[in-house]
Amino acid sequence: MAQSLDRLKESPSQTAGPYIHIGATPNHSGIEIYGNAGDLGRTMLGPGAKGERILVKGRVIDGGGAPLRDALVEIWQADAAGLYNSPQEKRGKADPAFTGWGRQPTDGVTGEYRFETIRPGRVPFVDGRLMAPHITFWIVARGINIGLHTRMYFSDQAAANAECPVLARVEHRDRAATLIGARSEGAGEAVYTFDIHLQGERETIFFDI
Amino acid sequence: MTDQGSFYQRDRAWHPPPFTPDYKTSVLRSPQRALLSLENTISEMTGPVFGHGMLGEFDNDLIRNWAKTGDPVGPRIIVYGRVLDENGHGVPNALVEFWQANAGGRYRHKKELYIAALDPNFGGCGRTITDEQGHYWMRTIRPGAYPWPNRVNDWRPAHIHFSIFGHAFAQRLITQMYFEGDPMIWQCPIVMGIPDRSAVETLVAALDRSNSIHMDSLAYKFDIVLRGRRSTLFENRMEGN
Repeated sequence: MAQSLDRLKESPSQTAGPYIHIGATPNHSGIEIYGNAGDLGRTMLGPGAKGERILVKGRVIDGGGAPLRDALVEIWQADAAGLYNSPQEKRGKADPAFTGWGRQPTDGVTGEYRFETIRPGRVPFVDGRLMAPHITFWIVARGINIGLHTRMYFSDQAAANAECPVLARVEHRDRAATLIGARSEGAGEAVYTFDIHLQGERETIFFDI
Repeated sequence: MTDQGSFYQRDRAWHPPPFTPDYKTSVLRSPQRALLSLENTISEMTGPVFGHGMLGEFDNDLIRNWAKTGDPVGPRIIVYGRVLDENGHGVPNALVEFWQANAGGRYRHKKELYIAALDPNFGGCGRTITDEQGHYWMRTIRPGAYPWPNRVNDWRPAHIHFSIFGHAFAQRLITQMYFEGDPMIWQCPIVMGIPDRSAVETLVAALDRSNSIHMDSLAYKFDIVLRGRRSTLFENRMEGN
């Protein structure tokens, strides 16, 4: 026998279930609570937030091709200068007018999620090389037993994407396209459409991080 | 020693796998390809942190935070515990959100199909933020079991959903709390997706008679463990990581 490592095990995940919107976006669910602040994560931009405004939208699609209407999508990203608004960010002070964190339900009819945010700056990989601009996604829903991590990269950042050490990890190159949000032009801002496929030919790459 | 190391690899065999066919919805919602393994980058080692100032007085009191004409019906309980990391350290300033059915097993949701009555005094959600040692507590009514459309006559054991933010997005976790002594835990296809019985037991809150309040509330203790970080003693990392 050796000494014990005295380490605890992470609590096992359980599905967020069909009523995640009650817990995470109660006002959206018709439960008016927590005062006037609204649902946490609904707004990422404060007055004077720096950077280029963009809209990120898409759907979460199951193996039968149907969009999930009961999912919750959270995103986490750097500010325009490539800094995270987090106590764990030691490289500098992020823009206080930009939270970096957003949370939205998928629409109960269309299944679409939408984030009004800003284009993130580049941040370094563990070896110091710059990663391409990206937004981290975390998806939970009924039928998803443990939250899914993925990233959206930007279709108009081809040069940065080509040198991103994370995208370079993708062994089957055709799958890298599942991590790219496609640009279109909206009303005065760029729109990126990022559909997340849970299964099938176009299954999105999910990360174990 | 600092706490700036990367996180221990998540033990995927300890969690339920994505595909658990007895839980039918998982069949079309479970990724089938291998996950892409990635060492933690700053994108995962940072995360949002929330201030105690955002909390209202009754946010962690489901008996009061929706009450309209009086208290909700059902057994009054206190749920308390700590948010810890795998190293056993308390996680301070962790946002904990919870949601649940009412005492009859009914959720306040337009897609709910169960015929049990809504309670006009029960909303079914709350939130809190851990203190400097990782402690949290909430007050609520004990939720009822309820039937759900899976196999015919499947019932969920009484449970409270928990969503927890640590200090890093890599720690993000949603799970469920069950109640000591409930035989329905072991008949539930969502619970039984967890391969290891001892892992299930870590989600079962202990009845704590010592902390129960005379003529008022029973108490249940429920600790939650988030991923822990490696010591940086032997790591040689570039500046900024």
